[in-house]
Amino acid sequence: MQNAINQLYQTESRRVLATLIRLLGDFDLAEEALHEAFSAALQQWPAQGMPANPRAWLVSAGRFRMIDQLRRHGRHHESYDEIAEQLATELEADAPEDHAVEDDQLRLIFTCCHPALSQEAQLALTLREVCGLTTEEIARAFLTTAPTLAQRIVRAKAKIRDANIPYEVPEKSELPARLEVVLQVIYLLFNEGYAASAGEEMIRHDLAAEAIRLGRLLCQLLPEPEVQGLLALMLLQDSRRDTRTGADGELILLEDQDRSRWDQQSIQEGIQRVMLALGSQRFGSYTLQAAIAAVHAEAPSITDTDWAQIVGLYDALFSINRSPVVALNRAVAVAMRDGPEAGLALIDHLLTKPALRDYHLAHAARADMCRRLNRKTDAIAGYRQALELARQGAERRFLARRLAELGG
Amino acid sequence: MKYLALVYYNEAIMNAMSQQEWDALNQECIGCVENLQRSGHFVDGHPLQQTDTATTVRVRNGKLTTTDGPFAETREQLAGFYMLEARDLNEAIQLAGKIPPARYGSIEVRPVRELKAEGNLAGGKST
Repeated sequence: MQNAINQLYQTESRRVLATLIRLLGDFDLAEEALHEAFSAALQQWPAQGMPANPRAWLVSAGRFRMIDQLRRHGRHHESYDEIAEQLATELEADAPEDHAVEDDQLRLIFTCCHPALSQEAQLALTLREVCGLTTEEIARAFLTTAPTLAQRIVRAKAKIRDANIPYEVPEKSELPARLEVVLQVIYLLFNEGYAASAGEEMIRHDLAAEAIRLGRLLCQLLPEPEVQGLLALMLLQDSRRDTRTGADGELILLEDQDRSRWDQQSIQEGIQRVMLALGSQRFGSYTLQAAIAAVHAEAPSITDTDWAQIVGLYDALFSINRSPVVALNRAVAVAMRDGPEAGLALIDHLLTKPALRDYHLAHAARADMCRRLNRKTDAIAGYRQALELARQGAERRFLARRLAELGG
Repeated sequence: MKYLALVYYNEAIMNAMSQQEWDALNQECIGCVENLQRSGHFVDGHPLQQTDTATTVRVRNGKLTTTDGPFAETREQLAGFYMLEARDLNEAIQLAGKIPPARYGSIEVRPVRELKAEGNLAGGKST
């Protein structure tokens, strides 16, 4: 039972929290209530068995225990007394509706991604509150320390409370402007699940699945092209999840993946959504990235991939997002279309600027082109530099393997 | 809930306007106040004279000192304020966006806190 409850904590705790924030009107109270609810489950479930709807049980247990606590402390905190009375009245009036509960995570996302918070705070708060990452994990993802991150989250929560940032989904008129921030945060979350930025565990399916679930919810609420595009991108990348690492966790490159094991259902849905988004003529960078992923998904092998189309899509992407990482990916696609010399020339040019010099994948890509050109010394030097900069376990092992193959 | 919308702009930009342009902006502000009054969001508000009329007062060790001008040199100067009654920060932001000088400078939106005998917010964080 304890394992089952732990499992439930992993899958349900954030949804329960999102509902408790709505019911209690305060992040810290809700977190306390969540803790209380799971303590109660640990006490009662082993004897009584798991309830039919554990999430609803946890929500009402958290709510009841907080009403109790608030009443006990009510004498000292007028406002707590008020909250307790209000909660007790609401509790008698109605059980939480399923529909409202489904929207709670969306409410939580829009609140965590509120434009009155700094972007750093939005990301940290969403990853902490919506996704349940630890402050250590978030700190690693943002290359900062856990105390700095914790401080950032405390400040953000204080602003939500003191400035009265409402716990709601924005009105239709405000929605598009608010959406962009949310998409960014969801994609970062997906990437944290898809390719954990540090540590040994390469893929964390629960996080990627959570990001896709949030993407689907957003699609229902606001079926804008870029929401479709982001969801398509996540689905297409996620369709390869079982083939990206081997049995012992080693990284498997796109060219070596067993394409027969790609998830066709995700691919079909991803492609449908890309077509829908492209057809709107109002698409952006997520849709273009999804279109690139779709070309890969449809290709029978790396050599039978439509690299000309991929280069064209990268050109379009670069025209709206002049990021050096996009330029790097374009260079890799050019190498596939025109040969490694062409790609190497582009990468060498990119590495003359500081932006990519500390980016391990730039050095790994350069090393790979040198390897294909039989420039062994340059390849070894490139993989070494990449290995020095890489922080993720599976990536490090992959680079070390390449080095060993070259006798470096 | 009450929010104070503090209007900041670079006085040099306003000084560079013709009398006609400046009056037109002020007429817009009159219209803005009328709209806020009609919708029940306006509590109070006034424009301020420029910072060269400001005097900063401090009391240190029981002694009052005054200095000429605002306490800090900044790119934008406080130019006026609106005390707004708003449902939440979202509504306050929407209202602040309609204040005409937002197009030239910036509007700082700050929740008002209640002054209480004890348990006051915003300070007293040392344990």
